[in-house]
Amino acid sequence: MSELHHTSLTALAAGLRARRFSSVELVRACLARIDRHQGALNAFISVTREQALTQAEAADRALAAGEGGALTGVPIAHKDIFCTQGVRTTCGSRMLDTFVSPYDATVVRKLRAAGAIMLGKTNMDEFAMGSSNETSYYGPVRNPWNPALVPGGSSGGSAAAVAARLVPGATATDTGGSIRQPAALCGITGMKPTYGRVSRYGMIAFASSLDQGGVLTATAADAALMLREMAGFDPQDSTSVDRPVPDYLAALEQPLAGLKVGLLKEFFDKGLDPQNEACVREGLRVYEQLGARLTEVSLPHLPLSVPVYYVVAPAECSSNLARFDGVRFGHRCENPRDLQDLYRRSRGEGFGAEVKRRIMTGTYVLSAGYYDAYYLKAQRVRQLINADFIRAFQSVDVLIGPTTPTPAFAIGSKTADPITMYLNDIYTIGANLAGLPAVSVPCGFVKELPVGLQVVGPHFSEARVLQAAHAFQRVTDWHTRVPQGYA
Amino acid sequence: MSGWETIIGLEIHAQLATQSKIFSGSATRYGAPPNSQANLVDLGYPGVLPVLNGEAVRMAVKLGLALNARIASHSVFARKNYFYPDLPKGYQISQYELPIVAEGAIDIVLEDGSTKRIGVTRAHLEEDAGKSLHEGLPGVTGIDLNRAGTPLVEIVSEPHMRSAKEAVAYMKKVHTLVRYLEICDGNMQEGSFRCDANVSVRRSGTQKFGTRAEIKNLNSFRFVERAINYEVARQIELLESGGTIVQETRLYDPDKGETRSMRSKEEANDYRYFPDPDLLPVELDAAYIESVRATLPELPDQKAARLCSQYGLSAYDAGVLTASRELAAYYEEVVREVPGEPKLAANWVMGELAAALNKENLEVSCGRLPAKQLGGLLQRIADHTISGKIAKEVFEAMWAEGGSADALIEARGLRQITDSAAIERVIDEVLARNPGQLADFRAGKDKLFGFFVGQVMKATGGKANPGQLNELLKKKLAP
Amino acid sequence: MSLTREQLASIAALARLDLSAAEVPVYQQSLSSILEFIGALEAADTASVAPMAHPLAGLSQRLRPDVVTETDRHEEYQLNAPQVAAGLYLVPKVIE
Ligand SMILES: [Mg+2]
Ligand SMILES: [Zn+2]
Repeated sequence: MSELHHTSLTALAAGLRARRFSSVELVRACLARIDRHQGALNAFISVTREQALTQAEAADRALAAGEGGALTGVPIAHKDIFCTQGVRTTCGSRMLDTFVSPYDATVVRKLRAAGAIMLGKTNMDEFAMGSSNETSYYGPVRNPWNPALVPGGSSGGSAAAVAARLVPGATATDTGGSIRQPAALCGITGMKPTYGRVSRYGMIAFASSLDQGGVLTATAADAALMLREMAGFDPQDSTSVDRPVPDYLAALEQPLAGLKVGLLKEFFDKGLDPQNEACVREGLRVYEQLGARLTEVSLPHLPLSVPVYYVVAPAECSSNLARFDGVRFGHRCENPRDLQDLYRRSRGEGFGAEVKRRIMTGTYVLSAGYYDAYYLKAQRVRQLINADFIRAFQSVDVLIGPTTPTPAFAIGSKTADPITMYLNDIYTIGANLAGLPAVSVPCGFVKELPVGLQVVGPHFSEARVLQAAHAFQRVTDWHTRVPQGYA
Repeated sequence: MSGWETIIGLEIHAQLATQSKIFSGSATRYGAPPNSQANLVDLGYPGVLPVLNGEAVRMAVKLGLALNARIASHSVFARKNYFYPDLPKGYQISQYELPIVAEGAIDIVLEDGSTKRIGVTRAHLEEDAGKSLHEGLPGVTGIDLNRAGTPLVEIVSEPHMRSAKEAVAYMKKVHTLVRYLEICDGNMQEGSFRCDANVSVRRSGTQKFGTRAEIKNLNSFRFVERAINYEVARQIELLESGGTIVQETRLYDPDKGETRSMRSKEEANDYRYFPDPDLLPVELDAAYIESVRATLPELPDQKAARLCSQYGLSAYDAGVLTASRELAAYYEEVVREVPGEPKLAANWVMGELAAALNKENLEVSCGRLPAKQLGGLLQRIADHTISGKIAKEVFEAMWAEGGSADALIEARGLRQITDSAAIERVIDEVLARNPGQLADFRAGKDKLFGFFVGQVMKATGGKANPGQLNELLKKKLAP
Repeated sequence: MSLTREQLASIAALARLDLSAAEVPVYQQSLSSILEFIGALEAADTASVAPMAHPLAGLSQRLRPDVVTETDRHEEYQLNAPQVAAGLYLVPKVIE
């Protein structure tokens, strides 16, 4: 029993079906670990204990009756950006501190339909705006590998919870790297699918043309299983793509021999920490041993991806967050003098510093006289970056490079200067601008801190990308390492 | 106002007659309890997303085709960002650079009977806002979002109108059109059809447009005319007294009959339009557009032209009769009863019937007097069973009690006397009763002829056939 | 490119954000550096490049059938509302 938390999500699902242990036992074990480590990690905003146990009992009945779906009885956690009916959904913001969603996000509904059990809602950067989880109204999440360091963000709570083995898997979202960067910094697997592959309905919007839901798990196989259940067409999301979902799990074992891997020249730049680079290069050697053919490719416009992102994302967020006006839901200031006072103070008090910074940046780049110079210009450069990727994928199957420039950094070390913080996502943003699927897998350690390797594929090549990650994990054991104190 | 030229452009908002909202499955029914028809999408709840109603698109295309406009094969929804309590998301989903309909036109008939073409710059789809309620809420405003998300088509005209009368004629023509197309119920009291007027003036002969004021939310033809006339006078007065016009939004106050500045809407209106990333471009192919064209009814102008050629009506009569689909249908049904008399039918439908309907402000479609019944009456005028004068009397009775013309004519013995012997008998009596006037007539007082006609009509209760009476009386009085 | 207090004030007003006196210099500084950072885009040659509004080119908007799917749930939806009365959301008096 004590080893359940070291069992992968796929193995847990199988074990439950084989009735080697019960869902109630498993859920109790996970809740016990959450109780033990929440104080140190602050990975959760809400824990839905009673609800989880009730569902676990129902799951056990279903399993006993030989019924149930692919994830029946398997505990997971949801990033607090996903709306959950009857459960507080804060998005890491004071603005939604008391907000109880009257509906479920499509992702939440689908995972429940597959039998998964929600243990709680994980901590995150406020409205997913951050790369360190330090912008959360509920306090920073700590990195299980070193509590003085950040877990990355914005899905830091989900990443820390999975890395510390509090849950076998958690949902997350990725707008500029918010799944892959924390996965890298916490030594786990993080998968961001193609834009439109997973429904955005019920996922509180940050930047609508970039946001995409995905998963954080210990292994690529776990990611394949969870993603298979989450993905698919949703008539409630106009940007969701009506296209069958392949069985990612069944496709995992295909051999890599002959896989054409592109080395992203621009990713191995001066900003990349030499020790991180060493780990990634070692990872590339592993791919060669697996039969992949490496070629260097160049995406000349990629270096502009961060500036493009910091125009497009704030622009969309300034509009998406206008609905938080203190009228129908969310924080309202004390006795407003008039309507304008109600708006200004409710929003001024309800939003944190980084969110306000991005709302103002976005308001500025869309405002009269600046729209063409900033917003339109950025969307044109985005087109160039997208074209670079399309060109690259004419000659290679996947692109491989680092996920982040450095391992986890100290809490508070980058909060003073937003730009240095933004540059953390320099290798991940490109995939969001072009809507490409990408996965980050652990590929080594620098001073006891995990390093991530990123695999990016063309649109809807999730199966291929997951195969590449899985093949890597079959011959390496970085993804099996557990931080000290969480064994 | 001499020495000045008025420039008017209208932005008409027509609510599309869909069952559900443009981006959600909420009902659009008018008058429901507050917020009972506002779902999570209409309320702008966190995480929700819009999905476009195909029927709203179809209706906009229908309108575009009727305006002989260009239907965009590629149109884009954009966000218009501003804060207002009746705008839940903090932005209105509208269309900006790429509207679904562009470059149309509509012809209006001026008072002198000539027609004028008014350009339609564009027509775009957008969502309506909610309503703010102030009555009976001390110190606060109440927000009802039932209307939020109701599909609108905003029809933007070129600044081609030169008087309030032209503006009203244009607005009426658009109103007629959307009802013909059955894409809007046209109910102005309920706000289904309303307009903003952009008004400016310039010295006659000058080319440059003056600074315009936008008068918001005019929901009756009368208000449009009064508001524009007031605004034109205000601007001219201001300019002639050396003042300058500020570009602003103004509100028309029907009670005071004046427009006043609406500063609340003014401050910081930098709308920061950008393409809505939650919606994809709307792509319409030729096959789709043709399938919509196939559903177009006979349009007002086509119908009017046909009425002129088919029934020999004047352009004016045809215009009046095609003001609504129902009126035109009624007229044609009447004509089917009296095929030989289209002009007679037109006179009665536009005269007697219209007056009677007006008096009790009823619609022609109310069924109070079925076309067959009116047709039956006109048949009796046509075959001389009754005179036009008697017919009016029969009409009153039909309107009041119903029943067929024939039944009423019989019951009231209103049939014309066409029997010469009978008429002669009455003439003899009249002449016998008035020896004095007879003598005077013979002495040369010709105008007494009319007196005798009157006396005979009086004695027959107006039923004597006028033609026969004249003939017989001439004979009798002949020396 | 550095932002004046006035520019920051007008942006904050447009975004309906109340900023404390202490926040003003902080945002002035950080927004200025962000604007300088994104200014790097200017250098890119984008002549004859169409703006990319959406990551999935070639996809078009799906059209929903015109069907009413919703029922009245305003009481439930208004549980999150700070101030309601008689089914209406309340705000301080709006004068037009
Ligand atoms: Mg307008
Ligand atoms: Zn409009």
